[in-house]
Amino acid sequence: MSWVLILEQFLNGLQFGLMLFLLAAGLTLVFGIMDMINLAHGSLYMLGAFLAATLVQVTDSFALGVLLAVPATAVVGMLLEMSVLRTLYERDHLSQVLATFALILILNEAVRIIWGPDMPLSMPAALSGPVELLPGMFYPAYRLLIIGVGAAVAALLYLLVARTRIGMQVRAGASNREMALAMGVDIRRLFTLLFGVGAGLCAVAGALLGPLLAVQVGMGENILILAFVVIVIGGIGSIRGALVGAVLVGLVDTIGRAFLPMLFGLFFQPRVASAAGPAIASVLAYVLMVAVLYFRPRGLFPARG
Amino acid sequence: MHRAATLAVLALALAFPLAMQETYYLSFASRIFVYALAATSLNLILGYGGMISFGHAAFVGTGAYVSSIFIAEGITSAWIGWPAAVAASALAALVIGAVSLRTRGVYFIMITLAFAQMMFFLVNSMKAYGGDEGLSLPARASGLPVDLGGDVAFYYVALAALAACVYGLRRLAHSRFGRVIQAIRENEARAEAIGFPVYRYKLACFVLAGAAGGLAGVLLASHGKYVNPNVLHWTQSGTLMVMVILGGVGRLWGGVIGAATLLGLEDLIANHRVEWLAAMLPNYQQHASLGVGVVLLAIVLFAPQGIAGAFARRRRA
Amino acid sequence: MLELKNLSKRFGGVVATDDVTLDVKRGEVHALIGPNGAGKTTLIAQVAGDLGSDRGTILFKGTDIMLASQHDRVRAGLARSYQITSIFKRLTVLDNLALAVQARSGSSFSFWRPVAAETALAEEARAIAAEIGLSGRESAVAATLAHGEQRALEVGLALATRPTLVLLDEPTAGMGSEEAQGIISLVERIRARVAVLLVEHDMDAVFRLADRVSVLVSGRVIATGTPEAIRAHAEVRKAYLGESAAA
Repeated sequence: MSWVLILEQFLNGLQFGLMLFLLAAGLTLVFGIMDMINLAHGSLYMLGAFLAATLVQVTDSFALGVLLAVPATAVVGMLLEMSVLRTLYERDHLSQVLATFALILILNEAVRIIWGPDMPLSMPAALSGPVELLPGMFYPAYRLLIIGVGAAVAALLYLLVARTRIGMQVRAGASNREMALAMGVDIRRLFTLLFGVGAGLCAVAGALLGPLLAVQVGMGENILILAFVVIVIGGIGSIRGALVGAVLVGLVDTIGRAFLPMLFGLFFQPRVASAAGPAIASVLAYVLMVAVLYFRPRGLFPARG
Repeated sequence: MHRAATLAVLALALAFPLAMQETYYLSFASRIFVYALAATSLNLILGYGGMISFGHAAFVGTGAYVSSIFIAEGITSAWIGWPAAVAASALAALVIGAVSLRTRGVYFIMITLAFAQMMFFLVNSMKAYGGDEGLSLPARASGLPVDLGGDVAFYYVALAALAACVYGLRRLAHSRFGRVIQAIRENEARAEAIGFPVYRYKLACFVLAGAAGGLAGVLLASHGKYVNPNVLHWTQSGTLMVMVILGGVGRLWGGVIGAATLLGLEDLIANHRVEWLAAMLPNYQQHASLGVGVVLLAIVLFAPQGIAGAFARRRRA
Repeated sequence: MLELKNLSKRFGGVVATDDVTLDVKRGEVHALIGPNGAGKTTLIAQVAGDLGSDRGTILFKGTDIMLASQHDRVRAGLARSYQITSIFKRLTVLDNLALAVQARSGSSFSFWRPVAAETALAEEARAIAAEIGLSGRESAVAATLAHGEQRALEVGLALATRPTLVLLDEPTAGMGSEEAQGIISLVERIRARVAVLLVEHDMDAVFRLADRVSVLVSGRVIATGTPEAIRAHAEVRKAYLGESAAA
C-alpha cells in the first residue's frame, strides 16, 4: 500500500466529493429555504448530462457543450419550478416526496423517449492523459479538471452567498423564512432563481461526471440519495455544511471502497474479507450519517438558529 | 367498504381461478395480491401511523431473501422457512425502528431510507446468494396442505394471506391499539400528554408492519422463484408508497386498490395496444412509467385522498 | 403535593425560568400570574415533562420526578392542559375523552377486540363530558366546536386522566367574560379532589379562585401570597398589576 495509491484515492475522493457538493448545494438551499424535499433533483443532474452530450456533439467542442448545457438545464429547472413545484411548497413532506417521485418517473421516461437509454460522452482528447503531479506520481488530467472546476464553483458560490445581496437574502431565508418574508424579500422570484441555480449546478456535475460514470437513464437515482445523505450530515440549509459533508462523504466512500476490503484481508479470512469488505465499504456513507445524527441531530452546521 | 361489497369481491376472487384457466392471468392476479399485501403493510405505518418511512422495501426484501436462502440451503419446508423469514423481518423492523423512531420529520425519512439502502448494498455483495444477479430457486417451498408449485394453489395461498392481513388491519384499526396509533398520528404531543408512551406504540406498529411486509416478501420470492437485490432498493419503497397514496392513505383498502390499479395500469399499457396512441408515439408501450408518473402527480396535486378517498367522499355526499 | 425547587431553564442565551421555587398544597388552587413572556408556559412545560430542565428539583407527592417521562408523570397523577388548544381535532368529543380514559385503564397493546365494545370507557367519557359542560356536544367532531367549547374539551382531556394535580395553562384564553365563567365554575367543581396550578391572565378568575398567588416576572418568582397580599404588594403592582389595573 504505497503512499502514491493513498494520494490517488484521496484525490478521487475529493473529486467525487466536490461533484456531490454541486448537487447538494442546490438541494440544501431548496430544502432549507422552501422546506421542500425534491427527489427530482437527481433528474436534473441526468438532464444536464444528456443535454451536454448532445451539445458536445452539435458544437464539436467539450467545453462549449458543457457550458451551454448549464443554462439550458437551468431554464428547464426554472420552468419546472414555476409550473409544478411551486404548488408543493405549502404541502406536507409526504406529498412533496410523492410528487417529486412522480417527476422522476416522468423525466426518466421523457429522456428515454427523446434520447434513448444512454448517450455517449467522452472526455476531451486533450485531457485524456495523465499528468505528473509529483515525481513518479501520475494522475488523470480530466479528474484534475473536475477538482479544479468543483473548487472554483465552490469558491464562486461562497462569494455569491456570503458577499452579495442576493446571497444575504438566501441566507436570511435559510435561517428564518418568515422573517425574511416579513422584511420584504421577493420570495417567489428568489425561489425560481434558486431553482435555476441549483439545476445549473446539477448540470455541471452531470456533464463533468458523464465521461466517467456513463450518461444513462436512471443515473440520477443513485447519486440523489448520497446527496441527501450529504445535506443531512452537513445540516439542512447550510452551504458550508454541504461542502464539508460532501467532501467527507466523497472521501469516506472512495477511500473506504478502495482500502476496506484490503484492510479486512489483513485481519480476516479471505472468504469473509472478500464478502464483508465491499459490503461494509458501500454502506460507510450511511453509517457516517447515522453516526453524525446521533451526536448532532441537526447535522454539523444547521442553518436554522 | 360495505359488507356486501366486500363479500362480493371476495366471492369473485375465490371464483376467479375456476373461470380463468389461463396461467398468465392467474399469475398476474397472484402478483397483485402479493403487492397488495406489501402496500397494506406500508399503509399501517404510513396511513394509520402517520410515519413516513422510506425504507419499507427493507422488510419486504428481508422476507424475500431469508425465505429464499432457506430453500437455497436445502430447507424447503414452508413451516420453517416462512416463519423464520417473517420473524427476521420483524427483527429488522425492531432494530431499524428503535433507532429511526428517535428522530422526526425529514430525518426520520432519511434514516429509514439509509437503513434500507444499507441492506440493499449488503445483500448486493452477498456473492454466495447471487449478489447483484439475484438468486433463482429450484422450486417453491413445500410442506403446505396444498402443493405450492401449482398456479391455482399459489393464487389461493396468496389470497388467503392478503385477506387475513386486511381483516387483521380492520380489527386493529378499531382496537385499543388502533385508536392510540391514529391519535398519535393526529396529535402526537397530546397523546403523550394524556399518558401514552408514544415511542413504544410507534415501535410496535413499525414491527407489525415489518412482519407483514416480510410475509409479502416471502410470497414475492416464492411467486417468481427468484429474488434479487432490487427488491430492497429505495425506488421499490417509492413504488409501494405510490400504491398506498393511489389507493388511499389510511384507508382499509388503500393498499389493495393501489396495488391493483398500479399493476393493472402497467399491464394494460404494456399489453393492450391503443392504436391512436401508437400512431402518435410508436413505442409508447415501453414507456408505461411515464403514464404512471403523470397519474401519480395528478393524484398528489388534485386528489390527495386517493381512489378510496374519492369514493368515501361521494358516499357521504 | 407539588414542590418546585430552584427550577431553571435557558434556551441558548435566553433565560426562560430562573431559580423558581414554589409549591402547591393538596386541595389548593395556586394561581401563577405574570406579564407576557415571563416564562409561565415554560414552567408548566418543565413540570409536565414536555421540556427538560437545566437545574432544580420537582417533587410530586414526595417523589422526585425530574427524570420521569411525561407519560409516566401523567400516570402518577400529574396532568396539564395547553394554552394553545391541542385536542384531537378529527375525533368526536366523546372519543377524545375516551382516549384519555383508555390511557389509564389497562394496556392498550390490544390489537383485536374493538374499543366500541368497552362500554365502561364510553360511560366514563360521558361523565367527564357532563362535568365540563359538553353533554349536548358528545358526538360533535372536535374541530366543529366553538372556541369556548374547545377550551372546555382542552381542560376535560387533562381531567379525564384522573389527576391529583392539574396544570391549567390559561384555560380561559381567548374567551369572553361569559364563556370564562364556565371554566371558573369548572375549577370550583373540581378543586375538592384535584389540586390546581393555574396560569392565568384573567384577574377575575384569579381572585375568585386562588388560595394563593405567585407572580413570575422574567423567569423569577417575585412574590407569593394570598390574593389580597399580592394585590397590595408594591413590587407586583409596579411590575404587573399597574398595567392591567387600567385595563
